[in-house]
Amino acid sequence: MTRLRQLLPFALFALAMVATQGLLRALEMEYCLTQLTMALYYAIVVIGLCLVMGYAGQVSLGHGAFFAIGGYTSAVLTTHDFSRFKAAGWAGGLKQLHVFVGQQDLFGNQIMTVSPWAAFFAAMLLTLVVATLIGYPALRLKGHYLAMATLGFGLIVNKTVLGTAAFGAADGINGVPEWTLAPGLTICGKSAARVSNYYIAATLVLALLLLLRNLLHSRVGRALQAIHDRETAANAMGIDTAAYKLRAFVLSALLAALAGVFFTHYTAGIGPSEAGALKSVRYVALAAAGGMANLWGVTVMSTGLNYLSLRGLFGSYDHAVFGVILILIISIAPDGPLKPLGKWMGGLASRLRPEGRREHGAA
Amino acid sequence: MALLEVENVRRSFGGLVAVDKTTFQVAPGQIKAIIGPNGAGKTTLFNIISGLLRPDSGRVTFHSRPVTGLKPYQIARLGLSRTFQNPSLFLRMNVLENVMVGRHSRSRWGFAGCCLRWPGQPREERNIRDTAMAQLDYVGLAPLAHCPAGALAFGQRRMVELARALATEPTLLLLDEPASGLNTKEKEDLGQLIRKIRDRGVTVLLVEHDMKLVMDLADDIVVLHYGIPIAEGPPSVIQSDPKVISVYLGGEVQADSAGGELSAKWSQSP
Ligand SMILES: Nc1ncnc2c1ncn2[C@@H]1O[C@H](COP(=O)(O)OP(=O)(O)OP(=O)(O)O)[C@@H](O)[C@H]1O
Ligand SMILES: [Mg+2]
Repeated sequence: MTRLRQLLPFALFALAMVATQGLLRALEMEYCLTQLTMALYYAIVVIGLCLVMGYAGQVSLGHGAFFAIGGYTSAVLTTHDFSRFKAAGWAGGLKQLHVFVGQQDLFGNQIMTVSPWAAFFAAMLLTLVVATLIGYPALRLKGHYLAMATLGFGLIVNKTVLGTAAFGAADGINGVPEWTLAPGLTICGKSAARVSNYYIAATLVLALLLLLRNLLHSRVGRALQAIHDRETAANAMGIDTAAYKLRAFVLSALLAALAGVFFTHYTAGIGPSEAGALKSVRYVALAAAGGMANLWGVTVMSTGLNYLSLRGLFGSYDHAVFGVILILIISIAPDGPLKPLGKWMGGLASRLRPEGRREHGAA
Repeated sequence: MALLEVENVRRSFGGLVAVDKTTFQVAPGQIKAIIGPNGAGKTTLFNIISGLLRPDSGRVTFHSRPVTGLKPYQIARLGLSRTFQNPSLFLRMNVLENVMVGRHSRSRWGFAGCCLRWPGQPREERNIRDTAMAQLDYVGLAPLAHCPAGALAFGQRRMVELARALATEPTLLLLDEPASGLNTKEKEDLGQLIRKIRDRGVTVLLVEHDMKLVMDLADDIVVLHYGIPIAEGPPSVIQSDPKVISVYLGGEVQADSAGGELSAKWSQSP
């Protein structure tokens, strides 16, 4: 029974997703699903950030860079021509395992690249290693060392991407092939696949939310919150605080990279702006706008605001808008706008009820 | 065989020596008290024992294992738990969840298992909840299980902290001024509770300023003065110790007359 009640928001989310698509179809605005799909992928980054910031209480200013690591790793591996290794025995072996696949490049030449699945795993592995190397020293200490380390790291990734020909420098990488997850399920930007891609993204978000909900309602979730609240007491209660902070950070970096991989296949490319510090700050602003330790709030806010941004609503003030949001949240509603709003609505509802009775305590 | 051995421990902050030349033992099954004026180094000593501070020199042995240099969570896993002088609950959680955190070292599922609700993990979660609830019940706070921790009164926070510490199933429990901020009735209940905890096999080491409580409860007392132990023994001996008397009553008092004065003063709550 309680389990059913816990699953209710997930059902509502799924319903809202279907309703949105139905509505857009009825309005003949299904082209909007493209930006909505992209916004859903961005939301995964912010959901991951919510784990680190809202629960473990650590600030990461490098999540744009992890998104870029995921995206660029996939992009490079699935577009680079490895034909010159064709003769080598190991390349033959990898081809047997479908790690290498033959395909045509933009100009119709036959080339040999890494398959999207193999590139995906490579991207995850690389992110795991990089996030561990950054997080390990920074998270052994108390305080905001992670914010500084990730800020520096983000700048390095951004400059590296901009300055390296293999990463397409300022142009980024284009012509990233489609990714067939399973027969009939292909990640690509073709308009014929718009609806299916929207549902792939929505399902992915839903599945990740479900996994994270499980995590946060367990001893691990409580340990992370305890660390956020009182690190010393958490440690004295038997929690290996440094290890938990690190694992939360790495998991969150993996989510950002995962989003980057999907996004890159969906838009068939990735550019250096994805690795910019402004993108990382935007993710932090969105996490704050969603209420930090609030998976649903963060998902709704970041999907909504990123959608508006991708539709060009903020024009040339795009980045500034997110800066303003961050400032407003911090100065007016540090818990995010949803909580005070919810309280206000709750108060209103109880005043409207005739007896003015309010439920309290045990849930 | 002593459960806890503190050997010649010293710790300074800058030029200030907070604890020095401190040696004592805690036998299993005892209630032992550490007393001393404000700033005597009692909390610092607790922090050293529980691993929050490293001593400059000296060693701490728990269950015959040297624990100096171990992290607090490692020492906690060996069966040492504590409360803090300023109750430090996790204020974002409710009361029950606070106590559930105490089960951390007695449960094992990690990130992957919890994400996936792997077979066995939900059952462990229920176990954690039930055990924590039982601990809350033990300290008499079961009705408040679903209150936000921040909404509790000071005395209740202390009790939740105690339940959280008990949830770790410690063999040694360190209580830093458990009675401060409690009213007379609450203090009496606390005294009974601590005895009950000892009777269930938990050894207790406590720091306390309420001398009536200490004299009633403790089997053995260590007196710290400017970080150095000046006396150790059962309550009756401590009450008539000339050095203790001069520390607590000040000045050069005549030991035999003052002894009576001190025990009269300490038999009522301050
Ligand atoms: N982290 C610290 N940095 C600097 N000085 C400290 C620190 N912790 C404690 N001290 C100093 O060490 C001395 C001992 O402090 P401690 O808190 O151990 O005393 P206490 O016996 O617990 O006192 P109280 O009864 O007031 O709790 C005090 O003079 C205190 O100011
Ligand atoms: Mg103290």
